[in-house]
Amino acid sequence: MSSDQPTPGDAQSTQEARIGSGADDRFNSKLREAFGSTPFILTKFDKFMNWVRGSSMFMLQFGIACCSIEMMHTYAVKHDLDRFGAGVPRASPRQADVIIVPGTIVSKFAPRMKRVYDQMPEPKFVVSMGSCTISGGPFQEGYNVIKGAEEVIPVDIHVPGCPPRPEALIYGVAKLQERIANGESAPVTVKPYELEQFGDLEQDELVDKLAAEIDEEDLVMRYNWADSP
Amino acid sequence: MSLEEPEPSTQLDVGVTDDGLDYDQIEALIDDYVIGRESHVNAEGFVVRPDDVQAVLSTLKTEAGFDFCSCVTAQEYQDRYESIYHLKKYDDPTQEVSVVVPSPRDDPHNQSGADVYETADWHEREAYDLVGIEYDDHPDLRRILLPETWQGHPLSLDYNQDKPQIVPLREHANPLQDDKRSPSDPDTMFVNIGPHHPATHGVLHIKTALDGEQIADLEPDIGYLHRCEEQMCQQGTYRHQIMPYPDRWDYISAGLLNEWAYARAAEDLADIDVPDYAQVIRTMGAEMSRIAAHMLAVSTFALDINGDFTATFMYGIRDREVVQNLLEDLTGQRLMFNYFRLGGVAWDLPEPREEYFEKVRDFVDGLPEKLTEYHDLLTNNEILQMRTVDTGVLPPEDAKSYGATGPVARGSGIDYDLRRDDPYGYYDELDWDVVTEDGCDNFSRLLVRMREVEESAKIIEQCVDLLEDWPEDEREIQANVPRTLRPDPDREIYRAVEGAKGELGIYIRSDGTDKPARFKIRSPCFSNLHTLPTMSEGEYIPDMIASLGSLDIVLGEVDR
Repeated sequence: MSSDQPTPGDAQSTQEARIGSGADDRFNSKLREAFGSTPFILTKFDKFMNWVRGSSMFMLQFGIACCSIEMMHTYAVKHDLDRFGAGVPRASPRQADVIIVPGTIVSKFAPRMKRVYDQMPEPKFVVSMGSCTISGGPFQEGYNVIKGAEEVIPVDIHVPGCPPRPEALIYGVAKLQERIANGESAPVTVKPYELEQFGDLEQDELVDKLAAEIDEEDLVMRYNWADSP
Repeated sequence: MSLEEPEPSTQLDVGVTDDGLDYDQIEALIDDYVIGRESHVNAEGFVVRPDDVQAVLSTLKTEAGFDFCSCVTAQEYQDRYESIYHLKKYDDPTQEVSVVVPSPRDDPHNQSGADVYETADWHEREAYDLVGIEYDDHPDLRRILLPETWQGHPLSLDYNQDKPQIVPLREHANPLQDDKRSPSDPDTMFVNIGPHHPATHGVLHIKTALDGEQIADLEPDIGYLHRCEEQMCQQGTYRHQIMPYPDRWDYISAGLLNEWAYARAAEDLADIDVPDYAQVIRTMGAEMSRIAAHMLAVSTFALDINGDFTATFMYGIRDREVVQNLLEDLTGQRLMFNYFRLGGVAWDLPEPREEYFEKVRDFVDGLPEKLTEYHDLLTNNEILQMRTVDTGVLPPEDAKSYGATGPVARGSGIDYDLRRDDPYGYYDELDWDVVTEDGCDNFSRLLVRMREVEESAKIIEQCVDLLEDWPEDEREIQANVPRTLRPDPDREIYRAVEGAKGELGIYIRSDGTDKPARFKIRSPCFSNLHTLPTMSEGEYIPDMIASLGSLDIVLGEVDR
């Protein structure tokens, strides 16, 4: 890398050195100025990969509840999350790096969400959007509501609000990118609800009662509401 | 009303007088079955035996013209279970009657009303699921909102919500599996759509069985967003703790319309009069909400039809941002407004008022041009026309039987709009029209929404004029309401308003405390979604997606 502060004249010569002279000055980016005339950079591979991961994230197109409306606004005109290299919603979890969990998770949906999360390839990241994904939010006392996304999947960034404004979500995503670029990931702090085979559950009154309805091999999720935070 | 078939006989006007319904005449009609009579705030209720439900409902439907079963409310008392059928007429929704069906606490069995009103099918399933009343002869009495392995009925009195639950994740069975001629040669293919799918507008799961390209069987599977809204409202105090929740039923910025549903029901229950000035502000805010909701409906509908309509989606979001800014100036929030209070609104218009009026006028004046743009992009577009004209046909008789309301009903030529037919707020003082289209197809429903945006703009404009000229010393935004509101015990009310998706009704029973004893939400999307199988069976999958988009459901409101 050149240690001299490039002048406009140098930039021009860089362009000529790389692509020859031309009318197109779009190639004269800040990055090019930083690199100077040499086409090589030297860095650690891991660090480079982290930078790449953070700078180009494919989001999973995943709507649950109210927050997904603000999430759509974040993707669309005015707020335009794509400016930050994170605005390509993918419809399939197999093509996505990041899942934004935008809304209340209820008992019927949690196993499905877990399955969607499991289908995403590593490395994968989770942004939880809104109060419902932190604690159940306004619906925390509901008989059917999971008390936060971390009961089901590990979460990297929580964006509080009911719903968070698009600006807040952008800030959350930017923070996630920063962490990814620095090679940080979130420690899993709770033991989440797991999908397990019905036959593996500990025998109790409830299991006995449902034995006629559910096969031994069926995957189930068991909610212990009394132990929820 | 002029658009409907002339009624076949004069008998259908039983009990209709100039000043409301004469309930004695209606009682005479079903005299053999009535064992008691209750007075609800909105209508009289006839108590009938659990095994006479069908006879009473069909008599009221065929002989007294109550063609609309708006809602079925189920609840548990200390000594009995009770189902209430709220009946209305599409011609005149102010003519209401309730059929009250008590059933014993130890063995709650009722006859089902699903044979008379299709819409009762889902309502009764919900009642069974949440309260635990069993309906005999019901075509398919299963849980509808909670997982099928759920233990207990959460809105019954002795439910313990700390008990553990087990929810399975398993393959869905093809309902037509047994129909095929040989096991090795399946005639039908089972396709799951959702609950995580971009075209389902949230977490709806549709089980479809295909015969070749056509849909042979279709069943919407809901409950993936059932977040206990009714329980939340039953735990909150009338004055302040309930109002935040309506915003979260229909969350497509339609918050003010939903808040009005609760405000109207609770105000009528507790006899609160709202000052005119507050009503005008409410009317203006509510119509802005409607515009925002319809904008999203139109733009995502286009996206469902063809991915190339991303441009329209961006246009829709652009215009929604403008409305949301106006609403944020008014209420302080972009999406969850919490702006209405019982007896008025939270605060006056933002200062400086002239600046706000100017912003609103700018938006309203710019709308015609924008709508022309939408029409150029959408309704004049050949691809969209091919996909929507004559697909997803919903005949008016079916729409009525399924209890469809809002743009879905009006797209089938049913001239029904509570803002005009059962006026509230300031609507009856203003000059606007109810939009109907006769096509009964996806295209008509799209047109209805786009034309309703124009009507809403007209209403907003008139409200701004009114507010601008309102004398400064008469700007009363809040009636006098006791700090702790305790309506008289055992008053029951069912009141509805015209939400963005249709008739949004609230049933409240008070028990003398500061919290409702029963709070039931009649969601328009719930009934509208129920029409999907009729519209789609025999059609292609893409047409079903188009129909679903044109129904414009919000899962928060379907599942509550």
